Amino acid sequence: MTDLFGLLSFGSEGWGDDLARGVVVTITLAVATLPLGLALGLGVALLKNAKGRVARALGELYTTVFRGLPELLTILIVAFGAPRLIASLTGATVEINSFVAGVVALGLVFGAFSSEVLLAAIRAVPKGQSESAAALGLSRRLAFRLVVFPQLWRVALPGLSNTWLVLLKDTSLVSVIALADLTRQTNLAVNATKQPFFFYLVACLIYLALSGLSTAIARRLEARADRGFAAAGR
Amino acid sequence: MEAALGHAILTVWGALGFDAELMARYGPRVVDGLWTTLGLVAVSCSVGFLLALPLGVALVEGGRVTRALCLSFSTFFRGTPLLAQVFLVYYGAGQFRDALDAVGLWGVFRDAWWCVAITFTLNTAAYQAEIIRGGVRSVARGQGEAAAALGLRRGQTYLTVILPQALAQGLRPLGNELVLMIKASSIASVVTVYDVLGATKYAFSRSYDFEVYLWAALIYLVLVETVRRVWNLLERRATRHLRPREA
Repeated sequence: MTDLFGLLSFGSEGWGDDLARGVVVTITLAVATLPLGLALGLGVALLKNAKGRVARALGELYTTVFRGLPELLTILIVAFGAPRLIASLTGATVEINSFVAGVVALGLVFGAFSSEVLLAAIRAVPKGQSESAAALGLSRRLAFRLVVFPQLWRVALPGLSNTWLVLLKDTSLVSVIALADLTRQTNLAVNATKQPFFFYLVACLIYLALSGLSTAIARRLEARADRGFAAAGR
Repeated sequence: MEAALGHAILTVWGALGFDAELMARYGPRVVDGLWTTLGLVAVSCSVGFLLALPLGVALVEGGRVTRALCLSFSTFFRGTPLLAQVFLVYYGAGQFRDALDAVGLWGVFRDAWWCVAITFTLNTAAYQAEIIRGGVRSVARGQGEAAAALGLRRGQTYLTVILPQALAQGLRPLGNELVLMIKASSIASVVTVYDVLGATKYAFSRSYDFEVYLWAALIYLVLVETVRRVWNLLERRATRHLRPREA
């Protein structure tokens, strides 16, 4: 048992530092995906909320495709397809590194799921709120920032934190396109040490800890977003 | 007859701008993959459901120890990536070969399909148990009390009063879970199972034609949309007594 834990030590003997580097890649990937995914999600939510029929159809199409495709397939399509697409459009041959492919693929997926959450949140804020803000003389931008957004954010947070947790777990799929994330680093450790059960269990526990940490942060954000709102019950 | 049908499909396929020859060569493999995918999903979702029923009820009714055990099961399988779980079972089992051999289970764990099916089953059981837990908790307390007043035993109350209502409540999320499992089943391809994605990866490695990935995308999209729509219809039918009458 002690030699198993020795395998986790840092330095040239153990795999602790290699796993730690994988954790950093996993977290970086997830955090880098977040802004792209949120921007896509907001854009698609606005499309789906638009008056025009074409815009709404486009929004629905986007959601249907990227919510329906397996995440693994999306990653493979982006990783193998994007260079071909760019080559056929511009004639230039490009290598897309696996980190960028991962961010784009996971961002597309995150956009599809978060657009549903954001759409519900946009619709949850009554129109009267922005109208009364306008009546008080607030500019459109100020009205959004001070009146609409805090209410929208409060409704969207639980859904977004769920989507984030899914994203965090989905990052493991990029190990398939050889990005050195936690899962990939664990594969390497397993190949070298022939201790698959131990190392995959450790990897699972690390993912569990990351999920736990995310949930704790989400709770804090939710508590903050809830201030000034008297809920029924509780 | 079959040959004529195959020929017709290929002609339409070619007319749509796809590569008919590629389809003729690798199409049958992908179709086999489709059956593998459907089999995996059917087995894991149905066995997972059978596991989830007692688990979900135990999450509500169990004593402190039972609840803690069920909760750690569900937290583990919902909090970690399915890919890592598949690796844990598929590669991890090899380490316990002697023990598994002794109980006659090595034949099962040596086979990638079984390892994946077992992992998927446990994974979806954890998610479905949470759905059932939510459903049970949504049933008003008075229902259980009324059943007790009528002299029903605890087990009877659950079977005839609480669970039917809990499941009606949980139908929609259970459908979502089914769709998620269809998508997640593609992870089987990573450990050498030839499901839709596995067959597609094989075709790609042989032909280097990116088009095969688009077939796979189309198959998954059609599959997921069909299941989603059919499930929604069934759900609406099954819960129509719960909706207010349409005016």
